[in-house]
Amino acid sequence: MNWFINLGENTLNRLEMLGRATLMLFGAVIAKSQPLKLIPLTIKQVYVVGVQSLLIVVVSGLFIGMVMALQGYTILVGYGAEGSLGPMVALSLLRELGPVVTALLFAGRAGSALTAEIGLMKATEQLSSLEMMAVDPLRRIIAPRLWAGIISMPMLALIFSAVGILGGHLVGVDWLGVDSGSYWSIMQSTVDWNKDVVNGIIKSVVFAFVITWIAIFKGYDSTPTSEGISKATTETVVFSSLAVLGLDFILTALMFGIE
Amino acid sequence: MKSRKVELLVGVFVALTIAAGLMLALKVASQSMSNSEDSYVLYAKFDNIGGLKVRSAVKVGGVTVGRVDSITLSNSDFTPLVAMSISSKFDQFPETSSVSILTSGLLGEQYVGLQPGFVIDGIENLAQGDYIEDTKSALVLEDLIGQFLFSSNDG
Repeated sequence: MNWFINLGENTLNRLEMLGRATLMLFGAVIAKSQPLKLIPLTIKQVYVVGVQSLLIVVVSGLFIGMVMALQGYTILVGYGAEGSLGPMVALSLLRELGPVVTALLFAGRAGSALTAEIGLMKATEQLSSLEMMAVDPLRRIIAPRLWAGIISMPMLALIFSAVGILGGHLVGVDWLGVDSGSYWSIMQSTVDWNKDVVNGIIKSVVFAFVITWIAIFKGYDSTPTSEGISKATTETVVFSSLAVLGLDFILTALMFGIE
Repeated sequence: MKSRKVELLVGVFVALTIAAGLMLALKVASQSMSNSEDSYVLYAKFDNIGGLKVRSAVKVGGVTVGRVDSITLSNSDFTPLVAMSISSKFDQFPETSSVSILTSGLLGEQYVGLQPGFVIDGIENLAQGDYIEDTKSALVLEDLIGQFLFSSNDG
């Protein structure tokens, strides 16, 4: 009997949480939106969320590209196919690693910060003060951060892929001696703009939306104590990483699985 | 002044993204963007196309001159019909040219190799919609092994 009560309670709690998250999203994005007032606030948040994540994204992109070139070379050279290093590096970066690794880094670097910031605002009753001054915190605090996340992460993923391909060139061509011409030309004949690059961008937009939504909601919904904020921050990173990995499989199956 | 700095850095961020996108568009995926250049279509019937795919290259002496547009099965005689779009820069192939399906390297992709025929008076050049009569099918490894086994059993 108790087991059923627990199950029902859990289910209802989850559904309520989903409802609150959707209401928050609706209030921030659709209801009473004032795009012109939003733009300066969003630019400020693009700086916090995007520009400040640039360093970690560029460095990891460079090293992941370099490691892939090194690993790929040792395998491909056994078949005399080291010319295919370019497409291997480019396709795995554009289709998978670019969007996914950037999303995971973004969840750790920017998502956790968003949750902690909003959670602390709630704990120190800044959100309530805004409401008392008749400023809607959904519009003033939540909406710019949401848009900034959705805008920044795909940009970071593009930069990640480009830097990774250059890193692969650095190791493959400049160090290991793969022919520079075949690195670029086989890559060009293999990579398709619509199929590979655009699908990668679509992926990263979806990831960006999910991560930012989870991060903001966890902060907005956190228990306003220090313990609650720490729990919310942890949950942001865990939930958004799991969501990214799960969604990635579904999106990959839809985009590349059936031909 | 603080706000100016933020805007400047966001501007740099956007510029970096545009640079990355341009690099991906022009340097990484350029070949597929230039589909719109002038081309004409040639057809060829093969007995067996092996692993040939749409977008495989059409090469003359190793130089890519076009791509495979579509592969269908012709309904009248049940042979694969391959349509190839050839760049209009190369429109001087005589009608006596032949095509065969070749493999690049041991494990490589299959492509269509075009051998230009001799230019003799009275022979016209291939043009839009022409069929190439002289075709050679892909080598299918299983068939080769089968033939080899048969011949070794006989001997």
